[in-house]
Amino acid sequence: MIAEMNDDDPVFRALADPTRRHLLDRLFERDGRTLTELESELEMTRFGVMKHLRVLEDAGLVVTRRAGREKLHFLNPVPIRLTHDRWIDKYTERQVSRSPTSRQSWRRLHDNHDRTDDAGLFRLHPRHA
Amino acid sequence: MTTMTEQTTQVYSVFIRATPDQVWDAITKPEFTERYFYGSVIDSTFEPGAPYLGWSSDRKQQFVDGEVLESDPPRLLRHTWRALYDEETAAEQPSRVTWEIEPQDGGVTKLTVVHDQLEASPKTALNVAGGWMYVLSGLKTLLETGEPLVSA
Repeated sequence: MIAEMNDDDPVFRALADPTRRHLLDRLFERDGRTLTELESELEMTRFGVMKHLRVLEDAGLVVTRRAGREKLHFLNPVPIRLTHDRWIDKYTERQVSRSPTSRQSWRRLHDNHDRTDDAGLFRLHPRHA
Repeated sequence: MTTMTEQTTQVYSVFIRATPDQVWDAITKPEFTERYFYGSVIDSTFEPGAPYLGWSSDRKQQFVDGEVLESDPPRLLRHTWRALYDEETAAEQPSRVTWEIEPQDGGVTKLTVVHDQLEASPKTALNVAGGWMYVLSGLKTLLETGEPLVSA
């Protein structure tokens, strides 16, 4: 049930399917949705959609919550952030290290701009930006 | 290109190689929160009814104003949330944040943050979406490696 935490396989596997990426996009627009709602937007059987949601849930990309009798599906972006930290930052920063600007000073610039905003906890990171 | 409307209930979750007690400490002790929570120092006795405050590292500026609603260490912490660092969010109604800590097999703990009651606080809803993602990934990195995600 639990995705191996230091193992990115479940995340990459979950993302390697157009239907599952489509489901994530639908949840990005608006989450907290039921299986019935999600199913109505896809030309697929209920069982098929359930199977895809299960893969997304096992990868931690979708989190479900009970609300009364309904099971609601929420998009959880944290595994994407962690995968980004591990796989994207590493390779994109290598280009920077080759440039005349030293990696250190660029890193500080990037950190100041993107991560540590003393004036506000969250204001630089709206999900829709 | 997709856009999104503000979500009135937001759920964020992460699996951490740590015990529930370690996760509880990381969300309640200021020496930890300072290292992954956008530098903010969380200040509370974590008793129901007590203030839940977030300060800048130098403790001169208050970022967050709230009240502890429920506290069950190391399983659950629930408090209200009003962000003071932005005039627009400060003017909105308080919303609610719930931290759920669940032990899993294999020395792993699942931490879930639910930010809800955002119906009357659309600016806050947009403002925190994404922010929690950094907080939780930073908390995981800190607990698993002992290092903040970004060194100063």
